[in-house]
Amino acid sequence: MPEQERRQPRRRDREEDAVEVDDAPAATERVEELKEDIDDLLDEIDSVLEENAEEFVRNYIQKGGE
Amino acid sequence: MAFPKICGIETEFGIVVVGQEEFNPVIASSLLINSYANTEMRRVRWDFDDESPGRDARGFTTDGAAPPEIETHLVNVVLTNGARYYVDHAHPEYSSPECADALEATLFDKAGEQVVAASVQAAQRTLTEGQRLIVYKNNSDGKGNSYGCHENYLIDRRVPFGRVVDHMLTFLTTRQVVCGAGKVGSEHNRPDCDFQVSARADFFEEEVGLETTLKRPIVNTRDEPHSDPSRYRRLHVIVGDANMSEVATWLKLGTTSLVLAMVEETDIESLRLLNPVASLLEISHDPTCTRLVQCHDGSRMTAVEVQWDYFDKVRKYLDGRDSGPDAAAEAIMDRWEQVLNALEDDPMRLDGVLDWPTKYGLVDAYRERGGLEWSDPKLRLIDLQYHDVRPDKGVAYKLMASGRLETILDRQKVAEAVTEPPEDTRAYFRGRCLARYADAIVAANWDSIVFDTGDESLRRVPMLEPARGTRPLVGDLLDRCSTATELLAALGK
Repeated sequence: MPEQERRQPRRRDREEDAVEVDDAPAATERVEELKEDIDDLLDEIDSVLEENAEEFVRNYIQKGGE
Repeated sequence: MAFPKICGIETEFGIVVVGQEEFNPVIASSLLINSYANTEMRRVRWDFDDESPGRDARGFTTDGAAPPEIETHLVNVVLTNGARYYVDHAHPEYSSPECADALEATLFDKAGEQVVAASVQAAQRTLTEGQRLIVYKNNSDGKGNSYGCHENYLIDRRVPFGRVVDHMLTFLTTRQVVCGAGKVGSEHNRPDCDFQVSARADFFEEEVGLETTLKRPIVNTRDEPHSDPSRYRRLHVIVGDANMSEVATWLKLGTTSLVLAMVEETDIESLRLLNPVASLLEISHDPTCTRLVQCHDGSRMTAVEVQWDYFDKVRKYLDGRDSGPDAAAEAIMDRWEQVLNALEDDPMRLDGVLDWPTKYGLVDAYRERGGLEWSDPKLRLIDLQYHDVRPDKGVAYKLMASGRLETILDRQKVAEAVTEPPEDTRAYFRGRCLARYADAIVAANWDSIVFDTGDESLRRVPMLEPARGTRPLVGDLLDRCSTATELLAALGK
């Protein structure tokens, strides 16, 4: 495929271009918080997921519709 | 607009009973709906007199294509919110009432999830220990079996159908970047991928046609208006995904309604894709949203650029209208613009807003933390459970509850919409009649209600105008008449 198979953005919202620049320690803190937040989320997802994923997914079959 | 873009969504849900050896989806679906009907409402039968799903909008009655069958013996009820809740083939299906705008239709789509969740709870009580009934608002089993989430839009019959087809082929093929539900992997013999934008794109094989279950077309031509056929068509859109995100549902209905209004009222020409069926799949299999698809005029564009083209056209149409500003339309335009900007910049900025980036972000984070392959069944399970309608198990609900997936609807209003009909369409008349005179109603459907008041003959009240029967038009009348006999007398029946 020719090199222009993918394209860069044509427009951007101006107000969102002006992202505030954090000083480095604050940014690191933010990354840590974000990481913890994702960890919490994934733990929560783990706690509600059906057991035995492989068997569960394999047995989920839907025939006939629309 | 010539008339309001009345719309609604009908959703087929996936269903399974875990721990049941002889699981039968038809029996399970019947149990689900009967459990709801027996505990939550008085039953009224659906009336099939007016159904003709084999009629084709192109002007003929099936070209050798198999018309969809209607199984009249299965469970079929009408709810006081004006919706239809029934067993369609092997799935429970909730068809929302007709709504006068996209946000209202989103509300009644969400109310449908609550109806189904309440049904699951009621049905669960009848199962033996160790058996669990689970219902998913999704579109496939990951093994090549798909079930639909269909939208319906009331459109003006005077508009040449070919014009509608041209625009819809381009618009529907590309709008998945906004309203795709996302899916881990591919199926239906499509090329492998880790994650794709749309849950349904793998299943589409034709541009235009009457089918819904095989050789599915991007533009479906079923011509069954459920209203005055000399004035209206009901555009039946089968290419959409079942959404959990309220923003995605709202934009799906809102942008499609605006494009249809524009097609009705202007002669703006459609941009045309060279091969919509191939493009639908290419766009879905590219979560970066940078893939170029070929247009008829030789140019190449991304799906987002095609959506921008529609955005600009609708903007121009709205600016040129004499009717003054329309707050609902402007709200849709503002959000559409924000979303397209974000999609061009980095689609993952919409993690927490739209379904597919949210699901993608979650599954990818889970995969990374566990060092899993994309083929790991755990990732497919998260995909499946994202759509679980049980509030304590559904992953999308978990994300909403913790503020990680945006909601735009008032929870109190969603709860009310489970039993109260919308006020600005004939669904108001249907729903209120069912709430007030259920004992005297023998059957109801989209465009009529049949009463039995003990006289010799049954009496049918036709409702062929979807924008009539509203609260402003019949609210006082319904409040005043305490019996169906009084109502029929007042209507001159």
